[in-house]
Amino acid sequence: MKVHLKVWRQTGPDATGRLVDYTAENIAPDMSFLEMLDSVNETLIARGEDPIAFDSDCREGICGTCGVMVDGRPHGPDSCTTVCQLHMRRYNDGDTIVIEPWQALAFPLIKDLVVDRGAFDTIIQAGGYTSVNTGGAPDANAILIPKTVADEAMDAAVCIGCGACVAACKNASAALFTSAKITQLSLLPQGQAEASTRVVEMVDAMDAAGFGGCSNEGECEAVCPKGISLKHIATMNREYRKAMFANR
Amino acid sequence: MTLDPRVPSGPLPDKWDRHRFDSKLVNPANRRKHTVIIVGTGLAGASAAASLGELGYNVLSFCIHDSPRRAHSIAAQGGINAAKNYQNDGDSIWRLFYDTIKGGDYRSREANVYRLAQTSVNIIDQCVAQGVPFAREYGGQLDNRSFGGAQVSRTFYARGQTGQQLLLGAYQSMMRQVAKGTVSMFSQREMLDVVIIDGQARGIVCRNLVTGKLERYVADAVCLATGGYGTAYYLSTNAVNSNVTAAWRAHRRGAYFANPCFTQIHPTCIPVSGDDQSKLTLMSESLRNDGRVWVPKQQHDTRHPSDIPESDRDYYLERKYPSFGNLVPRDVASRNAKAACDEGRGVGESGLAVFLDFKNAIDRLGRNTVASRYGNLFDMYRKITDEDPYTEPMRIYPAIHYTMGGLWVDYNLMSTVPGLHVLGEANFSDHGANRLGASALMQGLADGYFVIPYTLAHYIASTPVGKVTTDHQAFNDAEHAVQERITALLNVKGSKSPRALHRELGHLLWDEVGMSRTDAGLKRALARIPLLRDEFWQNVSVPGDPDNLNKNLEYAGRVADYLEFAELLARDALHRTESCGGHFREESQTPDGEALRDDENFTYAAAWEFRGVGQAHELHKEPLVFENVKPSQRSYK
Repeated sequence: MKVHLKVWRQTGPDATGRLVDYTAENIAPDMSFLEMLDSVNETLIARGEDPIAFDSDCREGICGTCGVMVDGRPHGPDSCTTVCQLHMRRYNDGDTIVIEPWQALAFPLIKDLVVDRGAFDTIIQAGGYTSVNTGGAPDANAILIPKTVADEAMDAAVCIGCGACVAACKNASAALFTSAKITQLSLLPQGQAEASTRVVEMVDAMDAAGFGGCSNEGECEAVCPKGISLKHIATMNREYRKAMFANR
Repeated sequence: MTLDPRVPSGPLPDKWDRHRFDSKLVNPANRRKHTVIIVGTGLAGASAAASLGELGYNVLSFCIHDSPRRAHSIAAQGGINAAKNYQNDGDSIWRLFYDTIKGGDYRSREANVYRLAQTSVNIIDQCVAQGVPFAREYGGQLDNRSFGGAQVSRTFYARGQTGQQLLLGAYQSMMRQVAKGTVSMFSQREMLDVVIIDGQARGIVCRNLVTGKLERYVADAVCLATGGYGTAYYLSTNAVNSNVTAAWRAHRRGAYFANPCFTQIHPTCIPVSGDDQSKLTLMSESLRNDGRVWVPKQQHDTRHPSDIPESDRDYYLERKYPSFGNLVPRDVASRNAKAACDEGRGVGESGLAVFLDFKNAIDRLGRNTVASRYGNLFDMYRKITDEDPYTEPMRIYPAIHYTMGGLWVDYNLMSTVPGLHVLGEANFSDHGANRLGASALMQGLADGYFVIPYTLAHYIASTPVGKVTTDHQAFNDAEHAVQERITALLNVKGSKSPRALHRELGHLLWDEVGMSRTDAGLKRALARIPLLRDEFWQNVSVPGDPDNLNKNLEYAGRVADYLEFAELLARDALHRTESCGGHFREESQTPDGEALRDDENFTYAAAWEFRGVGQAHELHKEPLVFENVKPSQRSYK
């Protein structure tokens, strides 16, 4: 089949960008969305033109590298699906698809569809860990964690850091990303020692990086490819308030 | 020349303890004066950076991704082995050691493997302390499962995302050190050369992938943790940016490359669907715990699987290997799938697939239990194939997944270039000719958390290094060479994309240096690869500029390196006329078609020395000495 694309092209952070029309020909329904873009790039390279820059790596939905707005929705129309796992069978012959980069102050554009998500690393640096050095850890079974708690922590821990939550949010808030890590570590006994400093420092880092505040729209949860729940944001807010008292 | 693996003396269980005691230490106050470069931020690189940072060294960490959290370790699904014996089912350090040596078909170094089994127990403790949410029992204890041919349950897991959780644990530890200032993180940098001064690895030249600028970094020692070379085959389960470039650049600078022909073909991947496919997706081997592998008994049976009665099905693994059944090691499972397809009994449109059937498991355990074990894998399968594995069997086929070969290292994980250490999949040391399931994560973390902190300290404490800066002539020369190569790539201005040439190379390697190899096929590959390389340098098309983000330029450089590396891969496969592990030479098999080793002539690691592009490599042999286990013919019957 054939699809028409309108792709955001911008040579660099300071250049002016625009939507450029392309046609992807001979697209098989089993191709992934990114393989469709690969094929467009092959034709551009054959013509000696600069191919469309977009990020991707594992192409199985776990590394969090890929991510573009597809018709205004992060990662495209399918729920709980990264754009590398979106397949062209979702589209019909002759469809037009608009492809744009994540847009957020804290994710400056590098080129075309590629943005810099380094701000997420900054948030983790502020406290998204337990302060244990290598060696000297107690026997793993010395810390008993009920299955239900471990499962809940895992539900939060599956975040892939792709940035779709930020891209979907009208405030460009990183609350879902930040809260997922805070929830994971606050549920587990290993995370307790630093619970009250962690939440404050991570929230401060999130604000300092230029992400907006959360106004509970829930767009983030709707587009999260890992189905991470909005309730973690409530947990984060509760932990934050607890910390305000604990840290006084 | 015989390579010295520097294995400590003494009884096997005492070697590592004794070696740690004999190793020199670096005074805590002096550590910050020593700079260590670590290239790669997967399990091995991130755990090394975190651990060395905690000790107080000045660590410079590099990755090609936009964030260190994206390294391909993240895609590992099944789990991580450790000899904890929490299940009281007969596991021990010795058994994990023995299973790994045997699984590797007696082509790994005893002392390294024993150390790996010893440190495995510490890894789990460390990861739990970091907050890795491993699967638990209702009583709160850690859950285990049996995995990939093991008859004990020693695999720890976090749903089907164990690699992700372990990597995030290591990444978070590293981020903590970044905040403390001991680790400096350089993302979006591709190492393009190692700088050697006075015979020691003293730095790297890398390209800033965003600005295109070449950058120089100097250090007291360099660690490569840059993964394997599976992407040389074009289609593999590796991430599309995984590559051999860092390892190959180091090889060109004098680091010997060992056993490149030991490649692992994973038996349970989603089959190839078309020419535009960019990668293959693994379905965790844990599926074989409950799924049954079968093909129709008749050739070219096109009936829907549900219309094929039991009497017309051949559960060939259960038939041929009654004691291990569907859990035979990866190489055995893969070769048998290929054999079934070669007989014309493959399924699906291409005929290059076998069924992995969960009907019995769902009947026995219920859909909910199966979903709780494999739900995310079933979802992934459905997304890719548009078929529902709850109601019809999966179709699977082997694909390149992991590479046991890599840069040669001694017991200290140091390559043949002093100061250049190699960790994780990038080295060759622990898995022999075949890796057991759930052992890659174990090795990456063992190297980074528990081995390199000791052996690197010993190197730094015992090896004086001269004071040099990035103005040294060796840096000028290295950067100049890198620059010339980039310019050359841009100046070809041909008409073929790097992808098209890579795909051609990949097809060739899969056909001739894939699951089964012959003298004639390998010679065909060796004749064809130099022609492909010539075609690349005459006809590749790399549009765009060098001074900004140019992914096609990055890719072209990597393909150029595959085209050099592939020749060594085929050369190694040709020279090893025995079959062992993942390396199956059709000329060397038992009457019933199993791999036949030639211990008399090939009980060695083949370490190849670079002599120039297109020139014959020089072979050096490290004899493998088995003092504690007796090599035997592997049997899983």
